[in-house]
Amino acid sequence: MTTFLVYSLTAALLAGLGVHGLITRRHLLRQIMALNVIAGGVFLLLISTAYRNQGDFADPVPQAMVLTGIVVAISSTAFALALLRRIYVAQGQAQDEAQDEAQGQAQMDAQANDVSTPRDESTP
Amino acid sequence: MTLAAWMILVPFMGGVACLLLRGRAVAWVGLAASAATAWTCLPLLRHVWHSGPVRIDLGGWAAPLGIGLYLDGLGAMFLLLTAIVGLLVGVYALAFFGRGREYARMEPYFWPVWLVLWGGLNGVYLSVDVFNVYVLLEMVGLGAVGLTVLSGTNDSLVAGLRYLLATMFGSLIYLLGVALLYAQTGHLDIFLLADAVDGSLPVLVAFGLMTGGLLIKAALLPFHFWLPPAHAGAPAPVSAILSGMVTKASFFLLLRIWFVVFPDVTAPVAGQLLGVLGAAAVLWGSLQAVRQTRLKLLVAYSTVGQLGYLFFLFALLTPAGGEAWSEGWASMAWTGTVFHVFSHGLAKAALFMAAGCLVLAMGTDELAAMRDIAGRLPVVTFTLGVAGVSLMGLPPSVGFVAKWMLLKASLASGQWWWAVVIAMGGLLTAAYVFKILSFTFVPVGGHDANARPKAGPKAGRNVDQGANEHQGPKNSGVPELRPVPALMTLAALTLAALCVLFGFRAEEVIALLLRDMGLEPPFDAVLIGNIGGDRP
Repeated sequence: MTTFLVYSLTAALLAGLGVHGLITRRHLLRQIMALNVIAGGVFLLLISTAYRNQGDFADPVPQAMVLTGIVVAISSTAFALALLRRIYVAQGQAQDEAQDEAQGQAQMDAQANDVSTPRDESTP
Repeated sequence: MTLAAWMILVPFMGGVACLLLRGRAVAWVGLAASAATAWTCLPLLRHVWHSGPVRIDLGGWAAPLGIGLYLDGLGAMFLLLTAIVGLLVGVYALAFFGRGREYARMEPYFWPVWLVLWGGLNGVYLSVDVFNVYVLLEMVGLGAVGLTVLSGTNDSLVAGLRYLLATMFGSLIYLLGVALLYAQTGHLDIFLLADAVDGSLPVLVAFGLMTGGLLIKAALLPFHFWLPPAHAGAPAPVSAILSGMVTKASFFLLLRIWFVVFPDVTAPVAGQLLGVLGAAAVLWGSLQAVRQTRLKLLVAYSTVGQLGYLFFLFALLTPAGGEAWSEGWASMAWTGTVFHVFSHGLAKAALFMAAGCLVLAMGTDELAAMRDIAGRLPVVTFTLGVAGVSLMGLPPSVGFVAKWMLLKASLASGQWWWAVVIAMGGLLTAAYVFKILSFTFVPVGGHDANARPKAGPKAGRNVDQGANEHQGPKNSGVPELRPVPALMTLAALTLAALCVLFGFRAEEVIALLLRDMGLEPPFDAVLIGNIGGDRP
C-alpha cells in the first residue's frame, strides 16, 4: 500500500504544480507546458493504480489507458504548439501595422516576443 | 442494432474520404456523409421509441472487458438534435464556402474536421465507458478548436489557443477523476460504476473532479471566458456548430454522471451550487449580450446566458436524494431541461447562420451598420425574429415549452427563486433580441436622430455609445448589400421554423424521455393541457 501511496502523492503533487503553473503563468508556451505537467501527474496516478492490489501481476487496463492518454496529450500539445507558432508569426507581422486594439493585442505581442527569445538562442 | 456503431463510423469514414479528395468534391462527399449520418439516426430513434433503450457490446465482449454502446431516450434526443442541426449546417456550409476564393481555401479543412467532430459527438452520446468518453471528448475538443481557427485571422488564432488550453485542462481534470474512480472501484462502465460507488473520500473527490472538468468544457459562468471570442471569431457555420452542439456534449455527460453514476452521492449543496452558478450565468451572460455592439459577440454571450438555464436541473433534482425522482415535478424539470437543450441548439444555430448571412451581405457585424436590413433582407430578419422568439420563450416555440416546464418545476418543488431568475433571464433575452431587431428596422439615409430613440429605450445608454463609436464615414451612407446565396437563408430559416414546429410535438418527446428514466408521467394530463397540445 505504501508504494501506491508514494506514487499517488507524487501524482497529486505534479498535478497541483501544473494547475498552479497554468493559473499563474501568462505566457502561452508555459501554459502548454503546465498542462503537460498536469498530464504527467494524471498518467502517474493511472500507472500507480495498476499496482494497487499488489497481486502477482499488474492490472493491464490502466496501462492501456495511459498509452491512449499519452497519444491524446501528444496530439493536443502538437496542435497547441502549431497554433502558438502561427500566432507568433502573425503577431510578428502585425507589429508593423498600427494596432488599434489596445490591451489584448499588446499583451499578445509581449508574449510573442517572449517566445522569440529562447528560439533565437537555440537556433545558432 | 449495429446501427448505433454506424452512427460513429459513418461520419468518421466521411471525414477520411473528405481528407483524400480535392476541390468541390469535398463538399459534396461531406454533405452526402452528413445526410447518411442523419439518415442512420432515424431508424435508431424509431427503435428506441418502440422497444426502449438499446445496449450493444462491441465485438461481442461483455462489459468489464469490452466497451459497450448504449442509447436511451435522452441520448436519442441529443443524437437527433445533432443530426438535424448538422445536416442543415452542412447545407449552409455548402453555399457559404462555395462563394469566393478566401472561403474556398477553408473548405477542404472544414469538412473532414467537422465530420470527425460529429462522429465524436455521436460517440459521446452513445458510449458508456467513462475513459472512452474522455478520448471522444478530446476528439470533439480538438475538432472544435480546429474549426475555430479555420479563418486563420489573428483574433481567431488567439481565441482558438485559449479554447484549446481550457478544453485540454478540463479533459485532464476529468481524466484525473476517472483515474481515482478506477483506483477505487476497478470499473469504467457507467452501469457497473453505478453499483460500485460508495460515499468514500476517493469517490467523492473523483465526482468533484469529473464534474469540475466537464463544467470547464461546458462553459458555466466562471469558466466561460474562452467561449465568446471563440464562438464569435469563427466562420458562421462553425459558430453554429460550436454553440448549438459542442457545448451540449459536456452537459450530456454531466447528466449521465450525476444521475446515472453518482445519484446516491450527490449532495444537495453541490446541486444548489451548480444552480447558483447557472443563475449567475443566465443574468451575467444575458447582461453582457445586451451590452454588445457586434452581432456575433452578442449571440455568443447569449450562449453563455442560455447555457445557465440547463444547470437549474441539478439544483432541482438533488435536494431529497433519490426521493425527488418520485415527485411529479422531477419529470417536468428533466424534460424541460432537455427541451431547453433542443430549443437552444436549434435557435442558436439559426441565429448564428442568420448572422452569417447578414455579415456576408454587409461585410461587417456591427449592429449600427444594420440599416434597413428588415426591408432589404426580409427572410434573414424573419429568421432572426423567429429564433429570437424561441430563445425568449414565447409560445408556440419549443423554447416556450422548455421555460414553462422549468418554471412550473421550480415552483412545484418549492425552490421559487429559480423561477425569478428564469423570468428575469427571459426579460433580458427579450432585451437583446429586440436590440438586434430594432437596428434592422432603422431606415436608410443617415437619420441618426430618428435612429437613436428607436434603439435607446430597449437597451439604454450602451447602445448610444456603441452607435456613436461606430458612426465613421463608412456607415454614414447607404451601405451596399452583397448578394446572399438563397441556400444559406433557406437553411437558417428551416432551423428557425423547426424551433416552432417542435413546440407542437412535445408529447412524443416527453414520452421518449421519461420511459428510460423510469418516470411514468403522472402529470401528463395537466401538463400537456397547459402546453397547448390538442390531445389530452
